[in-house]
Amino acid sequence: MPQFMDGNRAIALGAIDAGCDFYAGYPITPATGILLHLAGHLPKTGGLVLQGEDEIASMGFCIGAAMSGRRVMTATSGPGISLYSENIGLAIMGEVPLVIVDVQRMGPATGAATTGAQGDIQFLRWGTSGGYPVIVLAPTTVEECYTLTIKAFDLAERFRVPVFLATDKETALTKTTTHIEREHTPRVRDRKTAETESEFVPLGIEELDEVPAMTPFGGPHKLRFTTSSHDEHGYLTKDPQALDRLNRHLAAKIEAHTDEIAMLDVDADQGSETAVLSYGISARSAKAAVGKARRSGKKATLITVYSLWPVPEDAIREALKGVKRIIVPELNLGQYTREIQRLATNDQEVIGIYRVDGKLITPEEIIEQGGVL
Amino acid sequence: MNTKRETYLNPDTLPFPFCPGCGHHTILEKLNQALVDLALDPKEVVIVSDIGCAGLSDRYFDTHAFHGLHGRSVTYATGIKMARPELTVIVLIGDGGFGIGGHHMLNAARRNIGVNVFVFNNLNYGMTGGEHSVTTPLEARTSTTPYGQLEQPLDIPASVGVNGANFAARTTTFDPDLADLMTQAIQHEGFSLVDIWELCTAYFVIQNRFSKARMQETLEKLDFETGVLHDRQRPEFSRAYREKAVSEGKRENVVGLTSLDPSFESSLPRQKSLIIAGAAGAKISTAGTLFSQGAIFSGLQATQRNDYPVTVKTGHSIAEVILSPEEIYYTGVETPEVVFALFPEGLAKVQKQIKALNPEDLLILNADLPEVETAAQTWRLDFRSAKRWGRKKEYRAIMALGVYLRASKIYPIEAFQAAIELSPRYAEDNLAALEASKDVEMG
Ligand SMILES: Cc1ncc(C[n+]2csc(CCOP(=O)(O)OP(=O)(O)O)c2C)c(N)n1
Ligand code: SF4
Ligand SMILES: [Mg+2]
Repeated sequence: MPQFMDGNRAIALGAIDAGCDFYAGYPITPATGILLHLAGHLPKTGGLVLQGEDEIASMGFCIGAAMSGRRVMTATSGPGISLYSENIGLAIMGEVPLVIVDVQRMGPATGAATTGAQGDIQFLRWGTSGGYPVIVLAPTTVEECYTLTIKAFDLAERFRVPVFLATDKETALTKTTTHIEREHTPRVRDRKTAETESEFVPLGIEELDEVPAMTPFGGPHKLRFTTSSHDEHGYLTKDPQALDRLNRHLAAKIEAHTDEIAMLDVDADQGSETAVLSYGISARSAKAAVGKARRSGKKATLITVYSLWPVPEDAIREALKGVKRIIVPELNLGQYTREIQRLATNDQEVIGIYRVDGKLITPEEIIEQGGVL
Repeated sequence: MNTKRETYLNPDTLPFPFCPGCGHHTILEKLNQALVDLALDPKEVVIVSDIGCAGLSDRYFDTHAFHGLHGRSVTYATGIKMARPELTVIVLIGDGGFGIGGHHMLNAARRNIGVNVFVFNNLNYGMTGGEHSVTTPLEARTSTTPYGQLEQPLDIPASVGVNGANFAARTTTFDPDLADLMTQAIQHEGFSLVDIWELCTAYFVIQNRFSKARMQETLEKLDFETGVLHDRQRPEFSRAYREKAVSEGKRENVVGLTSLDPSFESSLPRQKSLIIAGAAGAKISTAGTLFSQGAIFSGLQATQRNDYPVTVKTGHSIAEVILSPEEIYYTGVETPEVVFALFPEGLAKVQKQIKALNPEDLLILNADLPEVETAAQTWRLDFRSAKRWGRKKEYRAIMALGVYLRASKIYPIEAFQAAIELSPRYAEDNLAALEASKDVEMG
């Protein structure tokens, strides 16, 4: 059952099928379509959709609603992510399950509103103070916009953390033939909730990498939520031991589970010395390039990374075993290339192929500049 | 019925941390009194606090608590109230918080979301060292206005009142009826705010020899009235939204997906890219989509990207379409094989692509447009020969695609018709235009 649709619509559909019941956002090209689709449809399924007075308010609404038991999402582009920054920090601190779509456009600043880019890849990871981890997923096709939106909700609920879906103008606005099979009982795990009978401790964990149970505002327990560094009861503290515990927990609950979060696709070519590694829209060019190379009798392994952060280090290292040359095409000046560089061994050469002129990287560029042929 | 409680304060966290004589003590005591009077279930009360000394308040209450970022408290409160309209959501914010988040406050008032805001207005930033705030009176000395404040102070209740708040009041911590006023505000449906003037004994009092009497004088000098200033009964937002917007449909029924199951066959041997260059208002993007859907009905893969100015009703409108018997990974169109130049605005935009056309490529040109130099074969379409339909700008792209499809046979015209029939509202006219495209003469 083929359909014809763009990435924004697939994300909105994914959100609806994932059981999203609260969305707030502020219009911005190329992400507006998500707001429009959801404004038209979500309230018909009992959900709420708000247009905030700005991105800061929209994030505030989302965080308040998420802590009141809602499954929430917001979407924006670079200028909006910039305004989200302080609340991304709050969502990390307060362990808020939250899906944030970044439909990347060319930056910095207003940049080029209708021009695609992959310039936010490091920003999404490091976009708030403190440096604590978030999860970033990147779909390469319209279908994956649907499936990874659902996955993003699942991970957000599982890890109580902002999960970003990093798409781009091209994926968002280009209609393609899709084969979306709707999931009417989506694989979104429910958040861990505190039992009514037992005592509720906001940061009630035994191991640092554990995710504490939640309780909603208005629920059976009194909830203390705070932007401040806090002890296990949610009270502001300066006690070094409590601070250390909180901060190590915020890191460990994601980083110790990198393998669980890791999503990459390795299309290995036995004995190939060249690998093309990419993500998002550029992975499509990579796929076309590798197909072309193989058709002309050359060997090349194709690696597509779907979970950009935390960097699936072990899985990438494993996929790169035996490879001499790693080609990384991306629509920025080498943001993910630097992650691959630090994973590469001394005898592996990393070749970045970058474009920041608003055009997509062509398969031919990958073949020529990467020396695939 | 809720049971009456003696206090909503948490004995484990008391006493308050404020400086001796700080007005924040009084506000929290009166808030506690109001909660006692209202006899609310503590599990139905959420205290959302802001930043500053005022922002330390939430931890002393045995209710739900949300301690948020500077100035944003009312946005979290809005999210909570939207999600759980039955809860009492109280915002405690300083004058500093009101300043940095004023935009949210005006919008919360305008929206009339049912949260209750109490402003701890000590006319300066207490926590950071007595700097001036948006409410610092003229000539007042603060750490950052040693020369005396030159900026006009903001009238808080007036600003929310003029923008639609259901309830707005001003008073001071010396008001013996403060607790009653707070009770009244909490009971009021919709957005309510009480601006409470008070003393910051660590800074403002010292820097200005400020006192209860000086506060009274200042209010009078500014012509700032006290008491209830706005009292309206506009519908509360979270409930109004539910009434107007929300229904409980099943997800799968609410949004459907149009399946384009292949029921025709295509003879296209390999990928082909086309550019339809038109003008705003000529339904170029729609035509591109219908054409692509027809291709999918014929078992092909398709992609479509559109280009138009941000001011959508003017200038060019261009649709790039790729059709292929195989999956399309790369969606860029560097060198199209077919260019439709149907309007001057579009023609101007695709000069480069036309120049790059090869002899085996095709340029389909509206005969009304000037001659274009190209290596490609050119079909000049005289839309006038199709009379009524040919004159209408919004059918030109469908007609040109019809001409192209009949001649190239890349997929059956019936598949294009089937795509057109997907939108019943426009199908009749679009089908008639497609039929009329048979009359378009080719030069
Ligand atoms: C975004 C941000 N900017 C600055 C600060 C620093 N800061 C902490 S408290 C405060 C002033 C608070 O003043 P007010 O809201 O009037 O509360 P008060 O201390 O007077 O009770 C500021 C600017 C902050 N916490 N966050
Ligand atoms: S600094 Fe001012 S506002 Fe803060 S506690 Fe002391 S008196 Fe109160
Ligand atoms: Mg103050």
